[in-house]
Amino acid sequence: MRLVVDLNRCQGYAQCAFLAPDVFAMHGDEALLYNPHADDSQREHVARAVASCPVQAILVDDLGDAAATVKEGLSSGQ
Amino acid sequence: MASDGFLEWMRREGRIVIVGASLAGLRAAETLREEGFTGSLTLIGDEPYEPYDRPPLSKQVLLGKATADRTALPRRMALDANWRLGVAATGLDMAAKRVRLADGDEVEYDRLLIATGVHARPWPHEAEADLDGVFVLRTRDDSAGLHRRLMAAPRRVLVIGAGFTGSEIASACRERGLPVTVAERAAAPLVGALGGVVGQAAAELQREHGVDLRCGIMVTGLEGDSAGRLRSAHLSDGTTIDADVAVVSLGATRNTAWLAESGLGAGPRGIACDAGCRAFDVRGIVTDDIFVAGDVARSPHALFGYQFLSLEHWGNAVAQAEIAAHNMISASSDRRPHLWVPAFWSSQFGVSIKSVGVPSLGEEVLIAQGSLAERRFTGVYGYQGRVIAAVTFDQTKWLEFYQRQIETAAPFPPAFPTVDRRPEGLRPVPADFPDPSLPTHGPSVTLSGYSPTDRRITFTPARA
Repeated sequence: MRLVVDLNRCQGYAQCAFLAPDVFAMHGDEALLYNPHADDSQREHVARAVASCPVQAILVDDLGDAAATVKEGLSSGQ
Repeated sequence: MASDGFLEWMRREGRIVIVGASLAGLRAAETLREEGFTGSLTLIGDEPYEPYDRPPLSKQVLLGKATADRTALPRRMALDANWRLGVAATGLDMAAKRVRLADGDEVEYDRLLIATGVHARPWPHEAEADLDGVFVLRTRDDSAGLHRRLMAAPRRVLVIGAGFTGSEIASACRERGLPVTVAERAAAPLVGALGGVVGQAAAELQREHGVDLRCGIMVTGLEGDSAGRLRSAHLSDGTTIDADVAVVSLGATRNTAWLAESGLGAGPRGIACDAGCRAFDVRGIVTDDIFVAGDVARSPHALFGYQFLSLEHWGNAVAQAEIAAHNMISASSDRRPHLWVPAFWSSQFGVSIKSVGVPSLGEEVLIAQGSLAERRFTGVYGYQGRVIAAVTFDQTKWLEFYQRQIETAAPFPPAFPTVDRRPEGLRPVPADFPDPSLPTHGPSVTLSGYSPTDRRITFTPARA
């Protein structure tokens, strides 16, 4: 599961770090570190983090599209 | 009505080519599909990877909290695109509407978006740059290679240049417990982007974390052993540093060389475009089928006297790509201007540094709250009596307020009292930016054109 955080929006509320601590972590008081390719077992935690982010800064691959887009990316380059 | 017919045909079965398969290219492609473009979509990228995110490469990856090959950007949708990855664009024929590729192929377009970004400025001495242990950090491969080397416990890492990337690398190294020397030509880190006052706070931050920070100094040469491995670096003050890893962080150069003979208004400062992201040709005439977005674009901004700004900012790449994509398939009356307020972030030594506006335009800075010494403050920059930018160290929540101040050209110094105002914040001090007419290693914002008080053309050597 791929994700990206728009750190212009992020204000360090740390909701994500509470709800999905294996994916998001605070680094100091306000800086956020996250794993841009979280394990699929974290999906539920990440979904909660996405929903609870006060500034809606987290973007995650849509579950339904993920397989198709990955395949599309890999079949390229010829 | 003929043109409306063209637009309808364009949206339905036109051919759109995007050169540059990174953040801006991907977001533009998604926006095109979201807005109903059903024609053929081709994305060309010189790296063999699908679009990936760069900010983690100098932070999470170097800290070992993510791997460089797993930073691919999430997709908002399936794109139904023709991907040409691992092949660079080498030329553009504007008359025939074709992009030439490195493999000899040519791709025809009805509308073209150029989002080729920048590349890291290499160490100028080629033989020294080729030494084993000398790195730049821009791409996924750069980051993976540097991480591998940091894992091997080098005796000392030398970071050349203390801009944002250099400072983040130094921060990651210290967190890994590695000895680090940072060599910076200016008087403090981050001076080009934030000025000398804030730069001094950044310098103290580095030293507190054990960085051997040397300012006002240049690296004059890198020296290897007989096996071609980096061993030491010579500095302009006559000293020598033993280091087996050096990271060259001297800013970036815009990827416009492939357009040299094209007739497009492209040069080392980027590709000039109008506020609607349409590129200018070399005669200064706007094209209507070639658009630009992201780090490579240089566009006039109403908030900053219509100076042409090029911004190497993540958020700008997203916002500009979305505007460019919208305008590519819209009638002229439906087009939108790209008026994003510049904003960027960095995190280093556990501090979140963020900024809105263009600090480097600032003449004076006021520490409106908090304290430089505590590394927790909000600095407000003034230009000709108005608020032009703000920077925060661990005070992100204030930025939105100052963004509105910038957007409304609020007076500077701010007339209102703020909470947590300290004696040092009672009056503005000179922001202490380097003379803009002198070349710098790596500005994050390049200003050109003119400012109303200061019209001039400045010769800037390519190799500063």
